[in-house]
Amino acid sequence: MTMTAPPPQSMRLVDHFELGLDAPICLTWELTYACNLSCVHCLSSSGRRDPRELSTEECKAVIDELERMQVFYVNIGGGEPTVRSDFWELLDYATAHHVGVKFSTNGIKITPEVAAKLAANDYVDVQISLDGATAEVNDFVRGPRSYETALRALQNLSDAGMRNFKISVVCTRQNIPQLDEFKAIADRYGAQLRLTRLRPSGRGADVWDELHPTQAQQRELYDWLVAHGEDVLTGDSFFHLSAYGQALPGLNLCGAGRVVCLIDPIGDVYACPFAIHEEFLAGNVRGDGGFQDVWQNSELFTRLREPQSGGACTSCQFFDTCKGGCMAAKFFTGLPLDGPDPECVQGYGEELLKGRAASIKDGKLEIPKHAGDHSHRTSPPRPREGMGNVVRLTLSRREDLTAPPVSACAEDPLAGFSAAAASDFATKE
Amino acid sequence: MSTIDPESAWQLHPQVSVRPEPFGALLYHFGTRKLSFLKDRTLLTVVEGLSDAPSARAACDAAGISPEHLPTYLRALGTLADSKMLVERAA
Repeated sequence: MTMTAPPPQSMRLVDHFELGLDAPICLTWELTYACNLSCVHCLSSSGRRDPRELSTEECKAVIDELERMQVFYVNIGGGEPTVRSDFWELLDYATAHHVGVKFSTNGIKITPEVAAKLAANDYVDVQISLDGATAEVNDFVRGPRSYETALRALQNLSDAGMRNFKISVVCTRQNIPQLDEFKAIADRYGAQLRLTRLRPSGRGADVWDELHPTQAQQRELYDWLVAHGEDVLTGDSFFHLSAYGQALPGLNLCGAGRVVCLIDPIGDVYACPFAIHEEFLAGNVRGDGGFQDVWQNSELFTRLREPQSGGACTSCQFFDTCKGGCMAAKFFTGLPLDGPDPECVQGYGEELLKGRAASIKDGKLEIPKHAGDHSHRTSPPRPREGMGNVVRLTLSRREDLTAPPVSACAEDPLAGFSAAAASDFATKE
Repeated sequence: MSTIDPESAWQLHPQVSVRPEPFGALLYHFGTRKLSFLKDRTLLTVVEGLSDAPSARAACDAAGISPEHLPTYLRALGTLADSKMLVERAA
């Protein structure tokens, strides 16, 4: 039998994507909260390892599942993923199982030997984080000598013959004047520039007011991105800037729970890489159905795939491209999810933020807090100036301990042992 | 948007992964790291049949595409060839 097929439909893919896919296109996987740095704007409040972190075998089981679901690639981050001793083993395992790997690193472990290995694997892409085109601007945010570390990694990758690896920049008030310099650095090392948005997530919430671009800088960034077109990547993170006029290259859609999601170091699955909060927690890969069940059946993801109300934004002429902006940015600045983005280029977010400040003062509004703080205990306060000559150590005691810690060499062998209260025996018949 | 010669023979680039979806399919090229889409299932059938068909026209015939719609599909294949998702092979 011969069937006559109709020509391809011209329905927009964005419309399909809003309904969700059978599997994510890619997902973000924070492998560890451990990190050698303490960046002031860290999305995941990283620093210390979580002892419940997924084991090597558990990670491999997740990779097996991603292979079955045909997830094309994972964006591995952290924390600093390369400080996991099994990182290179997991990377090889994923690429051998047809799951591509892009990983973000501050460059600490990218030695010439590692760079050579990475350059030889077609299924690996590397993103070196750099938040200033000069040491002064970068180290202000990422910490002493982090600029030097990143540039050494870029040099090693370039020397190893790796091409088109990424330099990943979080755009801030301090570095937006350096966009051309960033591009020059990328060109010098044969790398591709990737600019992303500062989110008020994790420790980012603490510094957002100070670091987020001004309205004038947002316009400057938009014009710069339009001028550079597809040469510069953005991880589709600036779709709220589309309200300046033409849409930027990319999907221009919030993919949370629809085409992307996040797996955190302990296997929790969140809708959005920038919203580690129970409100966006869909399940855990350690559950019976694994990751696939969370992706396909969780109540939260099902809800996110339903048509969303534009709320206050519906009447705006730019709603179709801007879609009300970023859910995480709204959530962690205390704005309603169905209203404008705090950085709305039409200025509607700014007005709301002013009202918000008054509500916080009156105690009427509480800003949601990031789910877990894994910061090194010495930071905050990490010294922001006078690079590295003072270590301000803050000693604290765990609040969940009622008794003082007992060391192994405590004199009394029964130290720390508490017998049942006498009354328990007394009342026994 | 370019088109391809109906008598030429094609195959998927070896570094391209195809994932069927209800609306058609997603394609990911591990070399260029670009994502692409097939907007309907018939086009997916054509793309999957390319490597065993002697020509693009034969692959379209096998997928049940009528002559009047052939140019549309050849243009879709042309777009995929432009983005290196498809590579030409000896017929």
